[in-house]
Amino acid sequence: MTLWSFFATHRQEILAAIEQHLMLVGISIFIAILIAVPLGILAVTRPRLRALSLALANIFQTIPSLALFGFLIPLPFLGGIGARTAIVALVLYALLPILRNTYVGLTSIEPAILEAAEAMGMSGSQVMFRVRLPLAKGFILAGIRTATVITIGIATIAAAIGAGGLGTFIFRGVAMVSNVVILAGAIPAAILALLADYALGFLERLWKVN
Amino acid sequence: MPEAAAFAEYVIEFRQAGYVVPSKTPRSILHEVSLGVTDGEVLAILGRSGSGKTSLVKLINRILGFTSGDVLVGGTSVSEWNLIQLRRGIGYVIQEIGLFPHLTVRDNVCIVPELERWPLDRIHRRFLEVMALVGLNADEFGNRYPRQLSGGQRQRVGVARALAADPRILLMDEPFGALDPITRAELQQVFLDLSRRVRKTIVLVTHDLREALLLGTRVVLLHAGRVVASASPEEFLKLQQPEVREFVAASELRLGHIP
Repeated sequence: MTLWSFFATHRQEILAAIEQHLMLVGISIFIAILIAVPLGILAVTRPRLRALSLALANIFQTIPSLALFGFLIPLPFLGGIGARTAIVALVLYALLPILRNTYVGLTSIEPAILEAAEAMGMSGSQVMFRVRLPLAKGFILAGIRTATVITIGIATIAAAIGAGGLGTFIFRGVAMVSNVVILAGAIPAAILALLADYALGFLERLWKVN
Repeated sequence: MPEAAAFAEYVIEFRQAGYVVPSKTPRSILHEVSLGVTDGEVLAILGRSGSGKTSLVKLINRILGFTSGDVLVGGTSVSEWNLIQLRRGIGYVIQEIGLFPHLTVRDNVCIVPELERWPLDRIHRRFLEVMALVGLNADEFGNRYPRQLSGGQRQRVGVARALAADPRILLMDEPFGALDPITRAELQQVFLDLSRRVRKTIVLVTHDLREALLLGTRVVLLHAGRVVASASPEEFLKLQQPEVREFVAASELRLGHIP
């Protein structure tokens, strides 16, 4: 059986897996942004929060993904078998790049600009929302881009805990010792990652100040 | 401004003000500075690098907080002012300019009036006024971004921004320090012209003796965190204090004889 004929005969199934995959990634990144960006904003004025949140995000990043999925299964609410657990794990992985870039972007602003803002009587939140955030958005988007590419890759492992997605083919292929089936999952996943990287990179250039 | 403002003798006053950098190894920058700036005066603060002149200016809008004595604006200690109100009434121009790169010239200039929620037509009128004051064509430059301007144009925008909300006080820290000599002379003319047309109390920091004599109505020399001389530009060169002689001699060595 060639790769092409497998694609042809399993088109519906592959498309469904891509859709599932994109859902897993999309929802995870969305949640990760909702957590990491505000956390990054708060961290600018709170050194202890910064240290704590970056340390935690770093720790999650170092846990091997398969192990993290395993750890989560027995947990109530967050755990179990299926997409919800997978999303929790993917969110944890996506946090670090977004949080770190948000923080770096918000704090690497030219001191003269911040001094001017302060001297014209901007309040702390005005400096944040009128100066820091607009100037950091390129950085933040770069973090989201990194997180998205990582998450698309890691999401293939989510199939191991029954979350579906393109990993389904990879695990099936491994079990069947069939390269064709593995590639039926791996190739679309790689293409998705490249497309996301390209699209977000384009947006990043569009947004870049200076 | 608080009530006292109308009766205050000085717009800005230092009363034995001191500043020590708060850190584990405190460094004393300013010692018992006493100085009054009257309404409409252009006070030029001279001093070499590290004399404390930048810190002195920053005590006024409380970018730095004085650590001893007192600093008063409009007769009220800056420590009693609402920080935001204090700063809204003080225009601030620095050498690095600090324009917001993500905003157009127009939005940069109009930011304080906008923060103060002026009506739109008044903001627009004011924008045209201050652009004219600094000699920039409002139509031509309004929609440009700072990166599309030359250094001199940027500093003009910086001055326009500081003037936009019509503050009573203008603080300028080496405003023309980073410009080439020709652009610098051009902007000094803009400044002279402007300081005659709008009545502002101006504190100008510079290490350039000529600039201080040209632009100031009074010249103060700061040496190692202390005020060592204060005189009109005409009188200043005649002063006999060793610190003044030394500063003048060093300047003449660099610039030639100063008449």
